[in-house]
Amino acid sequence: MKDSIYRSHVLICTGTGCVSSGAKTLKDSLNEELAANDLSGEIKIVETGCHGFCEKGPIMIVYPEGVFYCEVQSDDVAEIVEEHLLKGRTVERLLFKEPMTEEQIPSYQDIAFYKKQQRIALANCGKIDPEDIDEYIALGGYEAAGKVLTEMDAQEVVDTIKDSGLRGRGGGGFPTGLKWQFAKNSESDKKYLICNADEGDPGAFMDRSILEGDPHRIIEGMLVAAYAIGADEGYVYVRAEYPLAIKRLEKAIEDAEEYGLLGDDIFSSGFNFKLHIKKGAGAFVCGEETALMNSIEGKRGMPTPRPPYPAVRGLWGKPTNINNVETYANIPYIINEGVDKFTAIGTEGSSGTKVFALTGKINNTGLVEVPMGTTLKEVIFEIGGGLGQGKKFKAVQTGGPSGGCLPEDYLDLPIDYDSLLDAGTMMGSGGMVVMDEDSCMVDVARFFLNFTQSESCGKCTPCREGTKRMLEILNRITDGEGKEGDIELLLELGEHIKSTSLCGLGQSAPNPVLSTVRYFRDEYEAHIHDHNCPAGVCSDLAGAYVIDEEACIGCSKCAKVCPVDAISGEIKNPFTIDPDVCIACGACEPECPVDAISQG
Amino acid sequence: MAEMTEEKLAEFLEPLKEILSRYEKKERYLIPVLQEAQEEYGYLPEEVMKEIALGLNLSLSQVYGVVTFYSQFHQQPRGNNIIRVCMGTACHVRGGEGILNAIKDELGIEAGETTDDLEFTLESVACIGACGLAPVIMVNDDTHGRLTPEKVPEIMAKYK
Ligand SMILES: Cc1cc2nc3c(=O)[nH]c(=O)nc-3n(C[C@H](O)[C@H](O)[C@H](O)COP(=O)(O)O)c2cc1C
Ligand code: FES
Repeated sequence: MKDSIYRSHVLICTGTGCVSSGAKTLKDSLNEELAANDLSGEIKIVETGCHGFCEKGPIMIVYPEGVFYCEVQSDDVAEIVEEHLLKGRTVERLLFKEPMTEEQIPSYQDIAFYKKQQRIALANCGKIDPEDIDEYIALGGYEAAGKVLTEMDAQEVVDTIKDSGLRGRGGGGFPTGLKWQFAKNSESDKKYLICNADEGDPGAFMDRSILEGDPHRIIEGMLVAAYAIGADEGYVYVRAEYPLAIKRLEKAIEDAEEYGLLGDDIFSSGFNFKLHIKKGAGAFVCGEETALMNSIEGKRGMPTPRPPYPAVRGLWGKPTNINNVETYANIPYIINEGVDKFTAIGTEGSSGTKVFALTGKINNTGLVEVPMGTTLKEVIFEIGGGLGQGKKFKAVQTGGPSGGCLPEDYLDLPIDYDSLLDAGTMMGSGGMVVMDEDSCMVDVARFFLNFTQSESCGKCTPCREGTKRMLEILNRITDGEGKEGDIELLLELGEHIKSTSLCGLGQSAPNPVLSTVRYFRDEYEAHIHDHNCPAGVCSDLAGAYVIDEEACIGCSKCAKVCPVDAISGEIKNPFTIDPDVCIACGACEPECPVDAISQG
Repeated sequence: MAEMTEEKLAEFLEPLKEILSRYEKKERYLIPVLQEAQEEYGYLPEEVMKEIALGLNLSLSQVYGVVTFYSQFHQQPRGNNIIRVCMGTACHVRGGEGILNAIKDELGIEAGETTDDLEFTLESVACIGACGLAPVIMVNDDTHGRLTPEKVPEIMAKYK
């Protein structure tokens, strides 16, 4: 270690989530406070990547005790220094409280959110300073690359990954070892390796957190893959919306070059590998592999038909292997720990773990990594702490715009690639959005279709026109103008689009609609036949609000917030809402000090 | 953009020429060049696209095709502050729409528009990747999370 010995380390998360909750100012205050107390030489502040628990940010962990503080603000710093760092007493009010039991939990490992997790891809996230290559190396980093480059031949590496059963974490779940074998078998003077960090699925942020929290793991995973297939040049395609991830990856590449871990003759093995970053320019379809390669070539990011597969004809016509960020993040573990240890985790058809971005109407939102085969219930209720405000679970959406919604009956479903497909949704990149009784499933389906429709690149007709027609029907239904036969038409269109579109975008775009019709058909019917939105979301269908004249005290608070001026009256006399003008937005209801407003 | 004299145009294009001088004349550099040019000019006026086409040995229609394909590229001047309101899934179910409406009201513009004083451009985007803090907006490179419509004026005030 190049540093002197510190008596305590204070880890502050500076991932995007915690920075937006004030982690940077927190760090500055702590620096000042430590200096003021002459502690700067004894206590070290380490900026880390994401712990996954963004909801409770900014997050601070004090080692060696491992005390986990959440929602820490600058005002709390003096107390932490005085009590914890000087007197050794935990500041209890900043500890995490379990939402179900209200119990205070001092240490990281004992919080239900972390207890059920098993971290492979996220192993170092939140533990190390992502901008310090030495910290990664100190935890065994680049050992796998060293072993592969100096002790194994390429086929051995491919076989190891094949035997591990690792499947692509970017959505499709294609066996990674097999993909590498194809690319290895292609004869060529030049091959490329790509890391797909486009992460377009709205509601997913695992790739971002890995890049921000542990960028060297991706470089190492890519190094192993490059050696296995015989590529000497690689690209990481990152979306431009992730400035911090790009910055940390740039730094990591520079440092790795300096250490001779990228460049020529790595580990004196004669193997060369150069790595570049490509910034995306804002197009969801560019996450699709052929579109992504067109985009790197400087063209419009439109998909091309496969075959030929990238392993045969990829970037600039050369054999190319493309994997997702999380896929590469698993590679060092498999090489270091061995196939048996990896296959012992997960289910038969899906080995290892999967990172999910748990969001929506849930208490503990954040990133969670669990063994494949964990049930939805365990993820949502044990790790996620259940739904907020005592609301009732209605559905969980997985797979983003390509996936679907599952109802309560499926909560015991063990999550893996195949079980989700059978249930009519998919793993996708790992977005998991929880919905409660206040979410309208028709609205959710419309939301996703609106997204895929506007992101359709327009190259093939079924996707371009078909999604548009489906969206028109859904808009009609949520506007209260649904017709007899609309549901059947949606199903028919959906099946056609799935079977005839050029790329995965169109082939999966109807899934959110098909799955919600499958499990929540009664909601569609209520919209069409009864002109009623049971969840009260589709405002054109929701009834106007009314004021109880007896209870109203004439304070005018409701009239002030009404966006359409539907409320009128005189101060100290009962107010009224004009039902023809009211858009049922509900803005007035919480304003009323005497609860006189309700939906009619 | 109004017609410029040749001299003026040459001056206007000076920074772009510097950018182009750092890249080989290859199609693969089109997107990075466009990204840098937009950083420099704030948007991509026609003169800039023409010069890029010349500089990379491409046709103007090729450049135009790429510019219109990616949502990141803009052909109109943009505000000093770019507000991106997340309309992604997590933000949608936690009330992103209400945040967008509050900002629209505050600034008096629709999504995709820029205020007359060129202070703010308002955009809706599909996910900022801070879903744990939904609903989220990004102003320039700052992320603001766990928003309610009431917090909007305070945040806007910081950038005025
Ligand atoms: C419309 C569309 C969007 C996609 N977006 C992504 C993405 O953002 N990230 C990703 O890794 N894969 C994405 N994919 C999947 C890729 O095409 C490809 O299968 C993946 O990068 C392969 O990596 P893996 O085998 O490691 O999963 C997308 C596919 C489609 C059809
Ligand atoms: S859905 Fe809004 S930040 Fe991801």
